[in-house]
Amino acid sequence: MTMPPVMAASPIIEVSHVYTRFGTAVVHDDVSLTIEQGEVFAIAGGNGSGKSTLMREIIGLHVPASGTIHLMGIDSRRLGQMGVQDIHRRFGVMFQQGALFSSLTLEDNVAVPLKEHTNLDPTLIREIVALKIASVGLPMESATKFPSELSGGMRRRAALARAIVMDPELLFLDEPTAGLDPIIAAGFDELVLQLKAVLKLTVVMVTHDLDSLWRIADRVAVLGEGKILGIGTMQELAQSQNPLVHEYFYGPRGRAARKQYQE
Amino acid sequence: MIGKPQNSEPHVLIMNDSVIRCEGAWTIPYLTMLNEVLTKIQWPAGGGLVWDVVNIRAMDTGGAVVLHRTLTQLRHEGRQISVEGLRPEFEELLQVVSSNWSQVSGLKASQESYRQRLERWGTRQAQQAVTTLEFLGECAVTVIESLKRPSLIRRQALIHSLEEDGFRALPITGLLAFLLGFVIAYQGAEQLRQFGANIFVVDLVGISLLREISPLIVAILIAGRSGSAYAAQIGAMKVTEELDAVRTLGLSPMQLLVVPRVCALMIAVPLLTVYADVLGVMGGSVIAASQLNVSVTEFISRFEEAVAIRHFFIGIGKAPFFAIIIALVGCYQGFQIRGSVDDVGRRTTMSVVQSIFLVIVFDAFCSIVLSWWDI
Repeated sequence: MTMPPVMAASPIIEVSHVYTRFGTAVVHDDVSLTIEQGEVFAIAGGNGSGKSTLMREIIGLHVPASGTIHLMGIDSRRLGQMGVQDIHRRFGVMFQQGALFSSLTLEDNVAVPLKEHTNLDPTLIREIVALKIASVGLPMESATKFPSELSGGMRRRAALARAIVMDPELLFLDEPTAGLDPIIAAGFDELVLQLKAVLKLTVVMVTHDLDSLWRIADRVAVLGEGKILGIGTMQELAQSQNPLVHEYFYGPRGRAARKQYQE
Repeated sequence: MIGKPQNSEPHVLIMNDSVIRCEGAWTIPYLTMLNEVLTKIQWPAGGGLVWDVVNIRAMDTGGAVVLHRTLTQLRHEGRQISVEGLRPEFEELLQVVSSNWSQVSGLKASQESYRQRLERWGTRQAQQAVTTLEFLGECAVTVIESLKRPSLIRRQALIHSLEEDGFRALPITGLLAFLLGFVIAYQGAEQLRQFGANIFVVDLVGISLLREISPLIVAILIAGRSGSAYAAQIGAMKVTEELDAVRTLGLSPMQLLVVPRVCALMIAVPLLTVYADVLGVMGGSVIAASQLNVSVTEFISRFEEAVAIRHFFIGIGKAPFFAIIIALVGCYQGFQIRGSVDDVGRRTTMSVVQSIFLVIVFDAFCSIVLSWWDI
């Protein structure tokens, strides 16, 4: 919903002292961060650094061993409980593999949140759905297709359309550009920026696409060794003295992305 | 809560002949209410309208859709519409809606004609028939090759399959066969006692179990237990591109997946049938002893006289064919799975239904042929 931020000062997400482990492997060792309204916040880090897990914890799909997470003022652990569904209308999630329902057509997939959470009449639902499908750049002919008939990039876009169909305040993207070709990936970045401008979204994305980071992220947290190795704008992080962060941004790929951005 | 305005019910007020004032939140939760207001409204007759929208407090895509649609409709009636006081962020939203609006009408349910549907159904059936033949052909060739060179059969997979589909099925098969023998004898006991023909319970139990019931119950169990598993396993491998990996590594999925499973079931099903025979007859003899005063010794000596060995051989003779049907149907359905999770469930179910169906048809066919030959 595009509404004037009433309490702009309060952070939309607050993660404090989160500790997570799988078996004996410690994934998060005292992780704290806050995400402000209206920013594009990226969670970066190497493979297995717990980026996706942190996102899953924020949206209440995984419970950390200790620590608290507040999402729009509500404890994440309560997200699964009855009576707090209201909050599910206020954020959208795009999963890495799209997670489209394979038994439904693209159109029906995008319509799911509207059909479940509202009592709008079918014509209006159809119009909103069509509009969202158009605004993520999918052709209308694809609307009647099933997910198995769509290409990877199209599935990703369809998942994005489903995530934003309720006009959420907060959008979570898990590796939005992984596995997409550079043109589509760049288009995806543009799309996110455009949606952010129009819908006044707060975007939280998990990514290790350095181009994406430079281009659209307002702030980035780099995870590694269970900690937050660095947090700030890309410019700030590029100055970081931490060897792991340094390597992340000054590896061969990091240099190329940075150079491109500066040009 | 963030940005949740109080008293945000949307209103559309007709101020005078030319001014319309909009208020409140034009957002998804309120759209039904808004739609109601808009359908009831009587627009002032003729002339242009000024929409004063400065009091719209919140708007999302849904609200923008409603506003855009209403305005377009009015413009269509030939009115001059001007919108005043729209906040820049809502303006942007409305812009997005109107620029994509031409595409929205493209999303209308495409109605297929009956002819098209029939055509599609026809082509699919034809394709299905071709793929079935292809599969059977490939299977036959691979099996013949494997028989010529038995070293080609994957011993590891064969043994694994034997354990999983044969050995692990022992408890459930035994229990079911025992109970079936029990039930048949129990139901027969009542009738036989009326005629004083107690001893014939042995004929009843022995012949029906050995010849028909045991092989069938084993086949049905294996179809449910293993046939479905084959379909799901191979289907999952297809979805995760494992089958493609197998092919590109120069291996034959038939050789690797189908042949060991077919062979394993051809060995396991007859063995399970014999096992089911034994336990079924035991179940019958328990009832014979307790309800009909036919002792175990009597039961056994009558069994030797009454139940010809051919009944036993007919029973286990059918078992390998049942095994082939079950394994092939399961694997075939697995290979037919295309990409989606939905398909896995559907094909798994189909594998069970089809294999049980084919097993019973085959059994009926055997009965007819055997009765022609008088055995």
